[in-house]
Amino acid sequence: MAKAAVQTKAVEASVERRPALAGRAVSAPGVKVEILPPAERISLRAPEASLAALSKALGVTLPTKPKASAAKDGRTALWLGPDEWLIIDEAGKDPLADCAKVTALHSAVGISHRNVAISVAGPAAAVTVNSGCPQDLSLEAFPVGAASRTILGKAEIVLLRTAADAFQVECWRSFSDYVFTLLSEAAGDAAN
Amino acid sequence: MLLIRCPYCEEERPELEFRNAGEAHIARPTNIAGESDDDFEKFFFIRSNPKGVIYERWRHIHGCARFFNAVRDTVTDKFVMTYKAGEPKPAKLPGASK
Repeated sequence: MAKAAVQTKAVEASVERRPALAGRAVSAPGVKVEILPPAERISLRAPEASLAALSKALGVTLPTKPKASAAKDGRTALWLGPDEWLIIDEAGKDPLADCAKVTALHSAVGISHRNVAISVAGPAAAVTVNSGCPQDLSLEAFPVGAASRTILGKAEIVLLRTAADAFQVECWRSFSDYVFTLLSEAAGDAAN
Repeated sequence: MLLIRCPYCEEERPELEFRNAGEAHIARPTNIAGESDDDFEKFFFIRSNPKGVIYERWRHIHGCARFFNAVRDTVTDKFVMTYKAGEPKPAKLPGASK
């Protein structure tokens, strides 16, 4: 890696960040599916004893209830498992640097480039996501702010409900083409 | 689609999120190097494979990613109950007559 850094400028240009499917969007009657701009993300794993210190450093209280999420100042913490969180920062700050200052036991891994976020918004958003996701997405079972790792078709996703009629779908970059295409097709079907 | 209750997510979730991970409550011998071949075979290969109630490990792989234990009926494919990994076998199953 160090060798690549001292090579010519042309090589430097090739390591420029190129988000998958950047700017793609599909509109159907009742729902719009679009790729969201890049954000900073980390995968955080920590025991209960470290939560207070990490919450303070990140500026957002890590939720401890299943399927919960917490958001503050453009930063969202999603509960994925009893000791696992996904932190998404859309304000341009680096949560990895914030965690680095914490001495309490934890593991924070930068996954900004691994994930692609897709927004599914509109009155038919739940129907669109449900075309590939088997979870109950009614407002009683999956209220606004609910988040869960689940499955969409053949790909694993993290699903976050941002509003009553809007979802954020996080998937791995290599699955993004599949996930976006599936959601686009579903959006067309959902209108019917 | 089967709904399986994940004891960590504390709710029923669709079966697509889960993966079976073999029989539960199989303790690894503490002195595995000193095991006889017969005992090792029993521990490593031999499973009960009952017709009826079976204790299994399951993993909520596309959810919280946690392993847990489940009691399932192999005849009806019904999940009797689920409980967290590390907990002992439930003494009494819900709905059991005896």
